[in-house]
Amino acid sequence: MTELTVELRNVSKIYPARRSSGKDVVAVREVSLDIPSGEFFTLLGPSGCGKTTTLRLIAGFEQPTSGEVYLQGKAVSKIPTYKRPVNTVFQNYALFPHMTVAKNVGFGLTVKRVPKAERERRVMEALELVQLPDLANRKPSQLSGGQQQRVALARALVNRPTVLLLDEPLGALDLKLRKAMQLELKQLQERLGITFVYVTHDQEEALTMSDRIAVMNYGEALQVGDPMTLYEKPANSFVADFIGESNFVRGTVKQVDDDEAQIAIGRKVIAVRLEEERPSPNQNVLLTIRPEKLWLSEPDEQADGLPGVVEEVVYIGTSTRYIVALEAGDEIVVRLQNRPGTKMAGLGRGAPVKVSWRFEDARIIEADGRGEELVIG
Amino acid sequence: MEKQNRLAVLLGPPGLYLLILFLLPLGIMAVFSFRAGTIGDARFIYTLDNYREFLTKTSFHRLLLISARIALTIASLSVILAYPLAYYLTFRAGSRRVILLTMLIVPTWTSYLLRIFAWKLILGSTGLLNTFLLWIGAIEQANPILLYSRNAVVITLLYVWVPFVALPIFAALERIDPSLLEAAADLGSRPWETFLRITLPLSLPGVMAGFFFALIPTLGEYVTPLLVGGGQGAMYGNLIQDQFVRALNWPMGSVMSLAMLVLAIPLLFLFTKAGGSDLVEF
Repeated sequence: MTELTVELRNVSKIYPARRSSGKDVVAVREVSLDIPSGEFFTLLGPSGCGKTTTLRLIAGFEQPTSGEVYLQGKAVSKIPTYKRPVNTVFQNYALFPHMTVAKNVGFGLTVKRVPKAERERRVMEALELVQLPDLANRKPSQLSGGQQQRVALARALVNRPTVLLLDEPLGALDLKLRKAMQLELKQLQERLGITFVYVTHDQEEALTMSDRIAVMNYGEALQVGDPMTLYEKPANSFVADFIGESNFVRGTVKQVDDDEAQIAIGRKVIAVRLEEERPSPNQNVLLTIRPEKLWLSEPDEQADGLPGVVEEVVYIGTSTRYIVALEAGDEIVVRLQNRPGTKMAGLGRGAPVKVSWRFEDARIIEADGRGEELVIG
Repeated sequence: MEKQNRLAVLLGPPGLYLLILFLLPLGIMAVFSFRAGTIGDARFIYTLDNYREFLTKTSFHRLLLISARIALTIASLSVILAYPLAYYLTFRAGSRRVILLTMLIVPTWTSYLLRIFAWKLILGSTGLLNTFLLWIGAIEQANPILLYSRNAVVITLLYVWVPFVALPIFAALERIDPSLLEAAADLGSRPWETFLRITLPLSLPGVMAGFFFALIPTLGEYVTPLLVGGGQGAMYGNLIQDQFVRALNWPMGSVMSLAMLVLAIPLLFLFTKAGGSDLVEF
């Protein structure tokens, strides 16, 4: 069994209401996570979803209202931040403005009374690791955003933490630099073998870098899995919509067999593969299908597939997006690669079409609660 | 061109104000310092005698030095008393911060004289403090040393300055990004070490501002010593006042004022340096 570096057991963080009439704010709700040693783990979600609070609970800046955080198997709720074997890279870097880069990077070693000679050697090593050995005597205010980010990284890594916590560390960088840093961070993590817990709202960033991702919303961890699982098998409509682009089509269950269900969508009945979800007959469900898994063809009453009318065509270089109004009511986005032989290229607005997909590419997702809101809204 | 006009409009009135009400009187005072007398024909005789007299009168120097020492003491003690106050307001007061800050400031809305007279009532031989000490039996006789002494001046001026010194420190502490303190803890720094290595150095500009804010006016202070200092508590400012009002020796008063200015200039120089980033460096 792999060693767990970070464990969260039913951790909740509730901020009590400011006034007696107000409502308590639940920032994190009953979150349980297992993060094995050496993993690049990402907390992904929109702003206000509780991902940063979760990170702060691990760092010790906040105390859980209930539940327990374990670091290397030890409960740490009673252990103050300065004694925890974790280090944080802050969103705004939080570099000490009155110290040089070298002093900033060496801070953790200074307060731990590491002898000067060793401290200086490790500071230089850390600065070389982030490719900034020449800036040791600068002040943070004399550095660019990207350089500050690297200093913040060096300041954390120089302490050789068991876990490195990163709170949207690339958020303030421009796109090009961010892409470069994503790869660099990932390589660094693999080379050092340190467990990374990474917070971001950028799903592409999460997919690029992570071994596993926890998708969060409203303080809950909705689904934990590797990037491919999250993309291919989202557990609910929020995950399906947040990671990549998804279509949602409403239907009603007609019949449930062993491994497939017959779903009525408008006047068509379509077979959908069943996985963990076991819907019952007459239940309303949502089907989710990725835009790139769909194709368009001439309307054909006999075959499978949903009839509709092309509403809009958006040419985006490598592919074209067709927004199709289904006869059954929902709107669906179809993305077709622009390559030789693509049949429907040149299809215009108002053209009647049929939208089809492979049997295994549609998934049933619960149709109650937020899923419903999400589709209608 | 337009920018220059706007600058002139903005800087004109205060510049004129300073010129007429500050620099011009200072010039007049400088001229007076060379005159042989305040009134009569002696006014028109220019001499260096006043300066010679000032340089030979060691009692003047002594009082100037004593005043400087009192001012330094008061400024230092004000900072020491005001810092925890400002620290509490910034980091611990939470939702009570506004109320507490107001309570700190409100007394300064009443007349300065009134507040000093209040201290007379507290420190006097039949005052609050003596009566209380007699009542609990800590002393057997009312202690007259409390009022009309240098200590009374120091206590009263401390009371006057602490709120004003606390404000710039409060402002400096408030500017500290809380994530810096979190970062320090995250890197293994204990709370007191975080204070010494992060909070204190980053609040130094406020500390310096508060220090000089109390130091410079106290150096020339004469009202408080007059009211609570008595003969023992007189400061250099009282000596200057005596030259102008009682002895009617304006030239000598002018020399003494200029001497104080000369002493204060290096302090002001330090003050402007403290405003820069140099002092914040380790």
